[in-house]
Amino acid sequence: MAAPKRKTDIGPPHYEQMLHPMVKKNYGKWKYHEKVKPGVLMHVSETGDKLYTIRAASSRLVSIEKIRDYCNLADKYCDGYLRFTSRNNVEFMTDKEANIQPIIDELAKMGQPVGGTGNSISNIVHTQGWVHCHSSATDASGVVKATMDELIDYFTSMTLPAHLRIAVACCLNMCGAVHCSDIAILGIHRTPPTIDNDKLANMCEIPSTVASCPKAAIRPKVVAGKKTVEVVEDLCMYCGNCYTVCPAMPIANPLNDGISIWVGGKVSNSRTAPMFSKLAIPYLPNNPPRWPEVTSAVKNIVETYAKDAKKYERVGEWIGRIGWQKFFEKTGLEFTKYHIDDYTLASSTYNSSTHVKF
Amino acid sequence: MSDTPMIDQLETGPWPSFIKDIKRMAAKNAMCKDLLGLLEMSYKDKKTHWKHGGIVGVRGYGGGIIGRYSDSPEKFPNVSHFHTVRVNQPSAWFYNTGALRYLCDLWEKHGSGLTNLHGSTGDFIMLGTTTDHLEDIFTDLSEHGWDLGGSGSDVRTPSCCNGMARCEFACYDTMNLCYDLTNEYQDELHRPAFPYKFKFKMSGCPNDCVASIARSDCSIIGTWRDDIQQDNAAITEYAKGGKVDIANDVVAKCPTGCMSWDGSKLSIDNKNCNRCMHCINVMPKALRPGKDKGAMILLGAKAPIVQGALLSSVLVPFIKMEPPYEEFKDLIRRIWEFWDEHGENRERIGEMIVRIGKGNFVEEVGLEPTPAMIKEPRSNPYIFYEEYFDEE
Ligand code: HEM
Ligand code: HEM
Ligand code: SF4
Ligand code: SF4
Ligand code: SF4
Ligand code: SF4
Repeated sequence: MAAPKRKTDIGPPHYEQMLHPMVKKNYGKWKYHEKVKPGVLMHVSETGDKLYTIRAASSRLVSIEKIRDYCNLADKYCDGYLRFTSRNNVEFMTDKEANIQPIIDELAKMGQPVGGTGNSISNIVHTQGWVHCHSSATDASGVVKATMDELIDYFTSMTLPAHLRIAVACCLNMCGAVHCSDIAILGIHRTPPTIDNDKLANMCEIPSTVASCPKAAIRPKVVAGKKTVEVVEDLCMYCGNCYTVCPAMPIANPLNDGISIWVGGKVSNSRTAPMFSKLAIPYLPNNPPRWPEVTSAVKNIVETYAKDAKKYERVGEWIGRIGWQKFFEKTGLEFTKYHIDDYTLASSTYNSSTHVKF
Repeated sequence: MSDTPMIDQLETGPWPSFIKDIKRMAAKNAMCKDLLGLLEMSYKDKKTHWKHGGIVGVRGYGGGIIGRYSDSPEKFPNVSHFHTVRVNQPSAWFYNTGALRYLCDLWEKHGSGLTNLHGSTGDFIMLGTTTDHLEDIFTDLSEHGWDLGGSGSDVRTPSCCNGMARCEFACYDTMNLCYDLTNEYQDELHRPAFPYKFKFKMSGCPNDCVASIARSDCSIIGTWRDDIQQDNAAITEYAKGGKVDIANDVVAKCPTGCMSWDGSKLSIDNKNCNRCMHCINVMPKALRPGKDKGAMILLGAKAPIVQGALLSSVLVPFIKMEPPYEEFKDLIRRIWEFWDEHGENRERIGEMIVRIGKGNFVEEVGLEPTPAMIKEPRSNPYIFYEEYFDEE
């Protein structure tokens, strides 16, 4: 039997094979766009060509069966082309206006709402959670599903003052880089790892376990004649790096793990510079399968913002105008000592002025 | 009663349900059935049942596969090993259905049939297979023109916005640059040899739809140097009938105060515009980025682990971005050489720049310091002068 041709270092397929003929023809020639209605964009080219895009919600975790459904739809109406967005939505592009409604109808039958354009809440970028990651302090897909079920009307309309972007990460590693979102939902561990002194020496290499800790909180130790490690609890910041290296140091703690909420970040440069999200709620309990405390907290922030912000103000710009005092007042959220930074550069977050509202 | 009463509750509601999707696959794939069981257990116990357990990969590559093992192999043997395969996506996630169907068929044969479209780095993520399938998957992929993405301390799979394919704001060809860099850096992508990971993300304009300024070590963001292109007839059309309240929604929101509107004519003092995109976003039919287009290079974003989060900051305010991108690649070479020599293990480039000082870094990679690189000059007086006079 001939050995299979095994090639390396070839990179991804060229994108030109993946472009609808009309996209290829008008590449670099687009003139302007309009939002026809929520979830539907029209791009107009200098050549006069018009391209319609229908953007639909998709769960990031999709089966090949669902992908084949998407393909069938794209074959039927979009000449066999489709794409996914940076926020895990799926987009169907067609040059025929008459195809818009049938695509929307078929998507509705498949359970994929259309929306996420303009001043809406688009899909929630998120990470793996209990579906696939050993570090997770909470699930990600389930939190997203529960939250978007509550916020669906904001996905299918464009009635907010500005774009509102939500992200979920299931631990402090923040694979989804949630730290610049209008609202960030972040899974947190709050306790140091537990140590299985009996098994540790068998399961883990002690020097690499010690070296895994970014805070140098892990030290070698002997307990009852067995080699193991100890954790200096005051130094630990619950990052879980040690558990990645050493399975005898689980970081998960069902009683204490939970979720924190952060607000006011943004990435785009429009009007104001990009900003980090800041702490709004230090701890909410993990309450699967629908996390009611989390979804109602997010909804409260969204609704307060929607009512109070001026047109075009992102959440962070709104807070910038009214001030954090008013943010806590209007949302009714409790302000605690945890909101006051005590990490590197903390002093830059203190108020060194007499600007205070009464 | 169902074996999975808790996660079953995520099947209802208007948002697409990932549980429905896993169940659909479970009808023909035993891995998915056990995944449901394992996930239900997590929902009940409020904790993860996965662990890390050793590096897996394909011959000749150091990245692209993430090893994953469950802590309950007796109860759920079909997901005791459940590795991830990162497949390098085509630029900006455009697909033809033939390509997608091929990936589906391959994954039906060799894995769980579950995917993430897409991972945070941009890859097409195949979620869940066993070690014995990996070589077959890779061979098949490469025969069909696909390759793996990055993982570990290497160049991670670059990703980009849809740029010129479907956006009038694109100031350079993001999709071409993404394809070009991915191919240029194949060795760096597949064989981890850096102090830590290195991500490129490319957005065609300052709207930064792929969040490059927050999520990549090297953010390449389109911009322009000349004047905003202005179509006065279209402005009048926006103003007519109050479609856009130009005084309040455009001029008053301009962060630099560089616009004025006398009720019929819009004037922009382009020398003072900071290219924030607001006015263009509000009136895309009337205003467009200028004609002298290129990109800004910013360096150093990362998530908070360990010393705190960083956003990328300006390194090169403007560079022309046209194939073969020699000037840019030359800069990257100098940056990597310096990082290789001075970066500490598991130190992102942004952290290194903070440690050694941005001024020193700029000098070392052969650039001139400019005020565009900072928000404000230092306020502390502890300057380490490198030159001073000696009495002769
Ligand atoms: C009106 C001007 C804008 C246009 C024409 C535009 C165009 C686009 C396009 C074409 C995409 C798809 C990108 C991709 O996945 O490759 C996109 C996505 C996105 N853009 Fe923009 N953008 C605009 C303004 C903005 C602004 C001002 C922001 C942020 C404040 C923004 C944030 C985003 C986000 C978060 C996505 C992901 C969308 C999703 O999947 O739901 N965009 N935009
Ligand atoms: C030092 C901090 C980080 C650590 C220790 C870490 C660790 C991990 C681990 C263990 C996984 C595997 C999850 C699974 O089982 O599928 C993962 C997935 C992933 N991480 Fe990270 N991560 C870190 C930061 C980041 C950041 C900042 C990004 C991107 C901005 C990122 C991007 C990804 C991607 C793309 C995946 C694949 C799955 C997904 O998209 O959710 N990671 N990471
Ligand atoms: S954020 Fe944490 S728990 Fe979630 S996928 Fe990344 S490393 Fe895993
Ligand atoms: S959780 Fe992180 S900080 Fe705490 S001991 Fe483990 S590695 Fe160190
Ligand atoms: S970053 Fe700019 S060019 Fe790219 S899709 Fe967004 S608006 Fe268009
Ligand atoms: S791009 Fe921004 S700064 Fe420039 S004129 Fe428009 S609103 Fe003003």
